Amino acid sequence: MASGQVVKKAIYKTSIKDPGSPGILKMSGDRLTFRPKDPNPAAELDVNFETIKGYKNTKEGSGKPAWLNLTNDQGRSYIFQFDGGYADMHICRDFVGKAIAKSGETTKAAPAKPDVIITPDEQINREELELRIKLLREDSELQKLHKQLVIGGVLTEAEFWATRKKLLERESSKKQKQRMGFKSAMISDIKPATDGRTNKVTFSLTPEIILQIFAEKPAVHQAFLSFVPSKMTEKDFWTKYFKAEYLHSTKNAIAAAAEAAEDEELAIFLKHDDILAKEARQKIRRVDPTVNMEADQGDDYLHLPDHGIFRDDGKEVSEPQYELYRRTLAHDLNRHAAVVLEGKSVEVELEDTKTVAEALARSKQAELANADSDANADQEQLQRVSRMTEIEDLQAPRDPPLALLCIKDPRDYFDSQQVNAVKILGEDAMGTAKRKSAANPRDAFGSLRKCISEVKSVGLRDPVVSSKDAFQVFNALTRDISRTKYDVGRNSQDSALDMLPNIAKEQLLHHWASIQELLRHFWSSYPITTSYLYAKVTRLKDAMSQIYTQLEEIKKSVPANHKQQVSVLVRQMHQALDSAFQHYDADQQKRSAKSSQRPNGYV
Amino acid sequence: MASAPSKLYADDVSLLVVLLDTNPFFWSSSPLPFSKFISHVLAFLNTTLRLHQLNQVVVIATGYNCCDYIYDSSSATNQSSGTGMMPAFCSNLLEKLDKFVTRDEQLEKGGQEGGIASSLLSGSLSMALCYIQRIFRSGPLHPHPRILCLHGSPDGPEQYVAIMNAIFSAQRSMVPIDSCYIGAQNSAFLQQASYITGGVYLKPQILDGLFQYLSTVYATDLHSRGSLQLPKSVGVDFRASCFCHKRTIDMGYICSVCLSIFCMHHKKCSTCGSVFGQAQSDVASTSNKRKTPDT
Repeated sequence: MASGQVVKKAIYKTSIKDPGSPGILKMSGDRLTFRPKDPNPAAELDVNFETIKGYKNTKEGSGKPAWLNLTNDQGRSYIFQFDGGYADMHICRDFVGKAIAKSGETTKAAPAKPDVIITPDEQINREELELRIKLLREDSELQKLHKQLVIGGVLTEAEFWATRKKLLERESSKKQKQRMGFKSAMISDIKPATDGRTNKVTFSLTPEIILQIFAEKPAVHQAFLSFVPSKMTEKDFWTKYFKAEYLHSTKNAIAAAAEAAEDEELAIFLKHDDILAKEARQKIRRVDPTVNMEADQGDDYLHLPDHGIFRDDGKEVSEPQYELYRRTLAHDLNRHAAVVLEGKSVEVELEDTKTVAEALARSKQAELANADSDANADQEQLQRVSRMTEIEDLQAPRDPPLALLCIKDPRDYFDSQQVNAVKILGEDAMGTAKRKSAANPRDAFGSLRKCISEVKSVGLRDPVVSSKDAFQVFNALTRDISRTKYDVGRNSQDSALDMLPNIAKEQLLHHWASIQELLRHFWSSYPITTSYLYAKVTRLKDAMSQIYTQLEEIKKSVPANHKQQVSVLVRQMHQALDSAFQHYDADQQKRSAKSSQRPNGYV
Repeated sequence: MASAPSKLYADDVSLLVVLLDTNPFFWSSSPLPFSKFISHVLAFLNTTLRLHQLNQVVVIATGYNCCDYIYDSSSATNQSSGTGMMPAFCSNLLEKLDKFVTRDEQLEKGGQEGGIASSLLSGSLSMALCYIQRIFRSGPLHPHPRILCLHGSPDGPEQYVAIMNAIFSAQRSMVPIDSCYIGAQNSAFLQQASYITGGVYLKPQILDGLFQYLSTVYATDLHSRGSLQLPKSVGVDFRASCFCHKRTIDMGYICSVCLSIFCMHHKKCSTCGSVFGQAQSDVASTSNKRKTPDT
């Protein structure tokens, strides 16, 4: 199907509310085309699957028409409503899914390749590799970063992913899909579809329903295992079953008894479930004797209008000989509730009835074995279940404990960082010069007095400020004022970034991302203890200085009206890089000092 | 001042109190020499005096060991044209400044160690506020006072309490404290002072154009300021100094009674004498109040 092509009648909508234009949807190879019935060029489509990033579809049985919603990389969506209903939609959906996967592989082949070239010291299983490729494919930013840093040789594959463990974990945890339990609707509520003319009724059975029937009615399960296919076909089996069900639903115990007498297989379905009865007896023995099970008069709301299920025990005859063929609602409800709460224990693809039945039998046996081996096990399990009522899906993902970094004023932060860096750099360099001048109060006061007498003798300078300086000051002030005005008037949501031309914006964002990545690696490799780290830091520093110059170029290249905003943005990056460089230089000096001292000290 | 009541003070008459930093240790290491700085300032003062004939200028020198008034335009009697080189008030001011520096030097005990010491900003702020209070009480009509700190020395955390008190007093009497900081790092004290009192804090980037900054930003009277767009500081360093060691701290202990700030836990508040319960202190020290060393 994926290799061929799919042609379906469909209605193409640009949005959910759009009435849409009917036409022919054709999917073939790597393209998707739509020809509207009425010549309407706006509705005509020719889309490459490479641009399609994802798809959504309406669920069968949700009461909505069969819709397939494709979204492309620009966030635009194409909605198709299929005339042929869900069957057509599923075919198209599968086709799209395969096409997207294929195009993804071809376009991402380049960055994915180096994944395979792994340094021998790291062993990555296939699963993780796939996870990484998937992440890269989904996140184009990450992919860009990966391309620049890993393929550019700045970071190794392992280093790059080491900082993204959390991302990988989250991705892999997402993979374990939520397990589906049984529906809380009762099977007896499945109403047969009648065509109204003949007496024929049709029950539609899905493997899911069958599994539920087996789980709720062990006798049916037992019968299925023993009869099908040796004694009767599957179809016959279910026909008989529903016949029995139908008899039950007519609430005619007498008729049921009569039928049962004629057909012994049918009788199995009509009689009480022996297995169930045995289980029930076992359970009763385990019930906490202090529980008061007597129902209150007030609990009985079944007789109120709009309550209850469409079976009414009240009307049923109760004659002792037919007792066997009567089923009470309480039985059904209890059993159903128990099964739903127990949850689905069978982990098989719900495809074939036979496999379902066998799988269920296996799990039952295992359970039984457990139960037999230790009578207390059940009790313990119950306790455990009640204790572990927290539902995994509803819990927030467990993040590693971390404190959010909150910088009120980034400028201050960077300023202080720089000051610290300067301090570390050596108080000998700058500190001494200052201290020397400050150390001698006599000199200090003397120089100050000299300045005063100088002014006194020379007088005021004729132009107090040179016009060049004054102009510069004016410029700086206007810029400053316009900037603060600009900042104050806008909300923080739309940043100056949005005002920039797209290319500059993307470049800046990309540089920012790579700077962050590099800096993270840079700072995390201090203190340098091994030569490996040393080499890494050197590599990182080179890459950072490259970006530094690139930033300068961006700053120069942007149009004049955006220069101010860009320079503000770039300055932050430069400051972050500067402090890293300073640290590097300081460390370098320390190292060289140490290595030069060593021989002197030891020789 | 005696003639004040007879004068007709409009709402655009200012009383400008300039606090001049004369810390010799700062000026000996400043990129802008004091001679240049003072000539910018003198030109600015002259401008202010000429903007309105009733404008009044008071200059207070913020020294290293003491502070003093070095110029008051209302008491300057002879309005002679002065020598050819500069107006008379300038030579008066310089004369006074020279004397002040000499006195400041005599008071110097020579006990300071390391770095650039701070000058007595708290003292000069208090003097300025005293002067302004005197003006307030001179009559119903008076010029609108404002304070301009021309400062370069780093903050002296030991003056924290005094400076904050001065700031709050200025805030109460609605006197804006403008500050023009010419030192290397931003001054947290002056940032806070300007922020709290509604003044303008500015750190000029081009020191050679200081006069331009002064005349553009600080020359206008308070009334006209309402219609001007003056530079706003983007961020203010709100860090406080602890009362016990006078260190600038990010996080600390606060006395629940008098709101004194401490960098470490004390059994008893040194300001108001409240005794802190032991049990509570245990909880406090383990839970939310963590001490962070100053950076």
